[in-house]
Amino acid sequence: MADLKVKLGKLQLKNPVMTASGTFGYGTEYSDFFDISRIGCIVVKGITLRNREGNAYPRMAETPSGMLNAVGLQNRGIDHFIKHIYPEIKNVNTNIFVNVNGSTVEEYIEVAEKVNDLDKIPGIELNISCPNVKEGGMAFGVSCPAAATVVREVRKVYSKELMVKLSPNVTSITEIARVVEGEGADSISLINTLLGMAIDAESRKPMLSTITGGLSGPAIKPVALRMVWQVAQEVKIPIVGMGGIMNARDAIEFFLAGASAVQIGTANFIDPTVSMKVLEGIEDYLNRHKFNSIYDIIGTMTI
Amino acid sequence: MKKFILDLIVKENEHINEDYFVLKLTSNDKLPHMLPGQFVEIKVENSPTTFLRRPISVNFYDKELNELWLLIQIVGNGTRKLSEVQVGDTLNLILPLGNTFSIPGDKNSRLLLVGGGVGFAPMLFLGAYLNDLGYRCDFLLGGRSEANMVQLNEFKRYGEVYTTTEDGSMGEKGYVTQHSLLQKKQFDMIYTCGPTPMMQAVASYAHKRNIACEVSLENMMACGFGTCLCCVTDTVDGNLCVCTEGPVFNITKLKWQI
Ligand SMILES: Cc1cc2nc3c(=O)[nH]c(=O)nc-3n(C[C@H](O)[C@H](O)[C@H](O)COP(=O)(O)OP(=O)(O)OC[C@H]3O[C@@H](n4cnc5c(N)ncnc54)[C@H](O)[C@@H]3O)c2cc1C
Ligand SMILES: Cc1cc2nc3c(=O)[nH]c(=O)nc-3n(C[C@H](O)[C@H](O)[C@H](O)COP(=O)(O)O)c2cc1C
Ligand code: FES
Repeated sequence: MADLKVKLGKLQLKNPVMTASGTFGYGTEYSDFFDISRIGCIVVKGITLRNREGNAYPRMAETPSGMLNAVGLQNRGIDHFIKHIYPEIKNVNTNIFVNVNGSTVEEYIEVAEKVNDLDKIPGIELNISCPNVKEGGMAFGVSCPAAATVVREVRKVYSKELMVKLSPNVTSITEIARVVEGEGADSISLINTLLGMAIDAESRKPMLSTITGGLSGPAIKPVALRMVWQVAQEVKIPIVGMGGIMNARDAIEFFLAGASAVQIGTANFIDPTVSMKVLEGIEDYLNRHKFNSIYDIIGTMTI
Repeated sequence: MKKFILDLIVKENEHINEDYFVLKLTSNDKLPHMLPGQFVEIKVENSPTTFLRRPISVNFYDKELNELWLLIQIVGNGTRKLSEVQVGDTLNLILPLGNTFSIPGDKNSRLLLVGGGVGFAPMLFLGAYLNDLGYRCDFLLGGRSEANMVQLNEFKRYGEVYTTTEDGSMGEKGYVTQHSLLQKKQFDMIYTCGPTPMMQAVASYAHKRNIACEVSLENMMACGFGTCLCCVTDTVDGNLCVCTEGPVFNITKLKWQI
């Protein structure tokens, strides 16, 4: 049996299959379907300092091989999470990461500080890439000085695994990745959604209340794969790849491009058990090719 | 209620007319219990432009026959592909999803079920369910024309049926809210499902007369089980997911201008 354990900084995951923020709720929404503790790491829905109602309906438009969303980080705020959700999920026997968001550096710091005190949360995913909020979010992820500041300041108050999630809506993904590594991130996850839009030709109106939204699903996989590969050439810290993964084969491609772990997002909506199929498929691939460990394939695309 | 992902077998695919068909699904195992107002998310195979599952209401659930009915209107590629399934094929469904209608305590309550267009779908199961519990109900069903007036014989088993069509091809001419029944008879509770303008008109009728009213919403959904937060509706308690907090809402909860 091949060894599926991977390390993100000092943290070990029992396997490299994670679920992506905003597509897996707080995990428990999926426990009717399978034993969620089998997932290597669950990243919960994006959390902000205060309650956010998110954007107006409509927030979703289906596209060829994907979907656009404009949820806008709807959540009840970190205090609500700590009081009402954390007690429900803290005994799930796997790693749970909080996806941390803010409109200002101060808000990111405050949320990170509060999460730092939660024993059963071994890491955060710092989201500097949400395209669906007016202030903050992606603004931090598309400018090197802004990304540097937020990662540096959060690093000061956050002592556990710090994963930083990058936006694909940039000219040079490697520049941002280097800055984030330089400021002390333990790992990098990418990609968040690609900015897109959809118009209803009949009504001549936008399909989303916010006009533009974030594209996810198989439509973005080639872009995601390219970015993971580029970043892998530039940084030493582990990379968590995502964007359009629908099956084990897609996931393997991300490992070959240089990812140490993968996240499954939109695919969870179509098949809630897809993460387990990906996990089994990866195991099968390693056994079939007689690899002893997942590390035998990470970054091994041969040119 | 526990949710399941099941491969169900197509027992019948009955084309009512060009636009509507009923799928009767079954399983070798016992189907999970379902309540009126709940819906399923169906995976559509072999339709390249249909990426997400499709939410469809439970039209009827027959415990004895172990049958689930879905009444579907063909509006795009996904529903067209579903209309082509053959007897014996399997379809992958997530079910049961969403909440249910509330049932008044008094068995003598005068209940009105108003359906419009494909909003007939959940009203049939609700009517059957109420009937089983010993309630009497009236159905007020409306459509653009006769072709939209489907399953009337099914409805007649569970109560009095009143109809309107916009072109007058069946029943009274006009909208459901213009039907003479509403002038003649008093109701204690109204349930409705259909196009939003129709549900708003029904809600307004109920609101003005202080009649309790529940509506079943059909917002765009990506998941159907509360994780994507795409399907929200604005309520007095903020944005709530139609797929988990609904699809059935009391009109006092919605921020409709009625
Ligand atoms: C809880 C719920 C219950 C539903 N129950 C039924 C049912 O019992 N029978 C039935 O026929 N339909 C039902 N619908 C609507 C059904 O889901 C859509 O008609 C279907 O998804 C359209 O898929 P398509 O690929 O054929 O069309 P698409 O190509 O996706 O769309 C065609 C047209 O239909 C519109 N449309 C797409 N999705 C929806 C939606 N969710 N609501 C309203 N309009 C939509 C689009 O705007 C577009 O104009 C329900 C929807 C919800 C949310
Ligand atoms: C409905 C929806 C909500 C999302 N919410 C968040 C979020 O709160 N925080 C975040 O970092 N990413 C969020 N994402 C982005 C995903 O985590 C992921 O980066 C992206 O969808 C690409 O992966 P995929 O193609 O596998 O879905 C969201 C995506 C979707 C579709
Ligand atoms: S459809 Fe995903 S939360 Fe309702």
